[in-house]
Amino acid sequence: MLSADALARIDREIAKYPVDQKQSAVMSALAIAQDEKGWLATETMDFVAAYLGMPPIAVYEVATFYEMYNTEPTGRFKLTMCTNLPCALQGATEAAKHLQDTLGVHFGESTADGLFTLKEGECMGACGDAPVVLVNNKRMCSWMRPDKIDGLLAELRAALGSGARS
Amino acid sequence: MNAPAEFLDYGPEAIIMTGLNGRNWRLDDYVRRGGYDALKKILASKMSPAEVIAEIKKSGLRGRGGAGFPTGLKWSFMPQQFQGEKYLVCNSDEGEPGTFKDRDIMRYNPHILIEGMAIAAYAMGCKRAYNYVHGEIWDTYERCEHALDEAYKAGMLGDNILGSGWSFHLYNHHGYGAYICGEETALLESLEGKKGLPRFKPPFPASYGLYGKPTTINNTETFAAVPWIINNGGEAFLNLGRPNNGGTKIFSVSGDVARPGNYEVRLGTPFATLLEMAGGMRDGRTLKACIPGGSSMPVLPGEIMMATDMDYDSIAKAGSMLGSGAVIVMNDTRCMVRSLLRLSYFYFEESCGQCTPCREGTGWLWRVVDRIEHGQGRNEDLDLLVSVSDNIAGRTICALGDAAALPVKSFIKHFRSEFQHHIDHKQCLVPAYV
Ligand SMILES: Cc1cc2nc3c(=O)[nH]c(=O)nc-3n(C[C@H](O)[C@H](O)[C@H](O)COP(=O)(O)O)c2cc1C
Ligand code: SF4
Ligand code: FES
Repeated sequence: MLSADALARIDREIAKYPVDQKQSAVMSALAIAQDEKGWLATETMDFVAAYLGMPPIAVYEVATFYEMYNTEPTGRFKLTMCTNLPCALQGATEAAKHLQDTLGVHFGESTADGLFTLKEGECMGACGDAPVVLVNNKRMCSWMRPDKIDGLLAELRAALGSGARS
Repeated sequence: MNAPAEFLDYGPEAIIMTGLNGRNWRLDDYVRRGGYDALKKILASKMSPAEVIAEIKKSGLRGRGGAGFPTGLKWSFMPQQFQGEKYLVCNSDEGEPGTFKDRDIMRYNPHILIEGMAIAAYAMGCKRAYNYVHGEIWDTYERCEHALDEAYKAGMLGDNILGSGWSFHLYNHHGYGAYICGEETALLESLEGKKGLPRFKPPFPASYGLYGKPTTINNTETFAAVPWIINNGGEAFLNLGRPNNGGTKIFSVSGDVARPGNYEVRLGTPFATLLEMAGGMRDGRTLKACIPGGSSMPVLPGEIMMATDMDYDSIAKAGSMLGSGAVIVMNDTRCMVRSLLRLSYFYFEESCGQCTPCREGTGWLWRVVDRIEHGQGRNEDLDLLVSVSDNIAGRTICALGDAAALPVKSFIKHFRSEFQHHIDHKQCLVPAYV
C-alpha cells in the first residue's frame, strides 16, 4: 500500500515514542502517506491504522482534525496563503486577490486542469515574511507579492512540464 | 531559505539571537559561540537539580509562550521523588497570529534550544522529551532533526551524556495545522496521536501530563534563555530586565512598520525604541493602534503604546498583556472593524468545539462583527458583542475562549466610535482599509 521507503520513514517515527505508544506516530505517518499518495483515501488511512495498530476511526479523527491533511483529492499543487491580520497588514489581502484572479478560482477551489488548489490559511508563524504561501504543505515561500506569485506559478508549471516532482 | 542579512540583526542587546548569520546554525558554530558550556558546567561540577532550579528562580525568567508564568516555580512543581517516567515538552507550535520568533530560534540557533531542554530535563529528572514543532514550518522541523542528529553524535544527547552517567533523549514531533495544539494540554493530546482537544484542569500536567505521567511544558524561547542563565547567573539575567521581568525578550514586530522582523531587547525597553528598531512606521504614517502580545491580547491605542515599556508588568498596567511578544502595529488607514473581523473569524475557525460558550460564542461574535463591517449592524450590536464576550470568558476549558473575547472587548472599548460609525452610516470611517 505504501512504498518501502515510506514504511522505513514511518518506522523511524515510531521509534521516537515509547514502545507501547505507537499511536503517537500517527500524525507523521499520515503526513508521509499523504506525500506519497497526494491525499488520504479511506484505504490509505485504514492501512496506516493497521500499521500502527489503531482503530481506523481514531485515524480518521486525526486526519479530519488537522488542517494540513487532504481528505479529498487536491490539485497537483496545493497553495495555502495566510490571510490573517498581521499578514493582511503587509500585503496579503492584495496578494490573495491576485492569486485567485490569476488562477480564476477562489480559496477552497481547484483549477479545472487539476494543477492548483487554493486554500486560505491561518498564521503559519512566519508573519515577518508576509505574504507567505505554502506549497504542498512543505515549501514555504516568503514575501509573495503579486510579481513573485506570478514567478512561482510559472516555476511550478515549468517543473511539471519537465517532469520534475516538486 | 536564509533570510536577507538585515533580518539577522536582532539588535545589540540580543543574548539568544546573537552572532547569527543564518548559516552558522550547526553544532560546531554553536560550540564556537560558547554553546553547551552551561550543560558541561552542570555535569562537570555536579550541580544539583535543586541548585539549577534555584538559579532559574533567581533569574526571574517568565514563560515566553503567552501566560508569563515564572519558569523556576513551574519546574519546582515536578514531583522530584516520582519514580516512573517524567516528560519534558517544548511548545514550538507557534501559531498565535503575529508570532514568528520560535521559528528563528529553531532554524538559526537550534542547539540553544537543545541545550536549554537538556538542562531543564536534568533539573526535573526527565529522561525523555519532545519538541512539538508547528506543522507549517517544515524546513524548520527538518533543521531541528538535523541539529538533533548532530547533538546525539557529539554525545550531548543520548546515553551517558559527556561521560557523566546521565542520560536524556530528545525527539522532534511535528504538528499538522491546528492552532489549538499550542494550548499545552491539547498539545499533549496531539503528541499522544489524538485530536488536539484541551483537557480539563486540574489535574495539571505536572501530575498528569504526557501518557499520564508528570510533564513540564515550556515555550521554545523559555528554554533558549536557560543556557545564558546558567553561564552568567540568575541575578545577571534578572538585571538585564526589571524586577519580576528578568532578561531579554524577542519581539516579533509585524504590520505597518518599515522592517517587520524579530528584535531581541531587554524587558522594560520603551515601545518607541522597539518601533524605531523595526524601522518606524512604514511610509511615515501615523501609529493608530497596536496589539502588543499576539492577536489574543487586548489592542491598545497608539498614544498609550508610545508611553508604555515592553515588559509584562508595564503592558499589563497599560491594559493589555505581553503574551507571546507579537507586536502587531496598525497605522491610521486601518479600519478597526475590519481588523477585528479577521481575528474573530480566526477564533471561530480554530475553536475545537468542546465547550458551548466558545463554540457558539465565537461564531456569534464573528457573525455580528461581519454584519457591522458589511453595513448591516444594529444599534444594540455593540452591547451584544460585549455581553457575548463576557459570557465566553472564564467559562471554558481552555483559554482560547478568553483569547476570542479579549480582542472584541478591547477593540470596542478603544474604538467604539468607529464601530458606531459603521452602524450609523453603513460605511467605514477610514479612507483605505485592510
Ligand atoms: C489557544 C492557545 C494557544 C497557545 N499557543 C501557544 C503557542 O503557540 N506556543 C506556546 O509556547 N504557548 C502557547 N500557548 C500557551 C501554552 O498553553 C503554555 O502556557 C505555554 O506553552 C507554557 O510555556 P511557558 O511557561 O514557557 O510560556 C497557547 C495557549 C492557548 C490557550
Ligand atoms: S475554550 Fe474553545 S478551544 Fe478551548 S476547549 Fe473549549 S471549545 Fe475548545
Ligand atoms: S499572520 Fe500570516 S503567517 Fe502569521
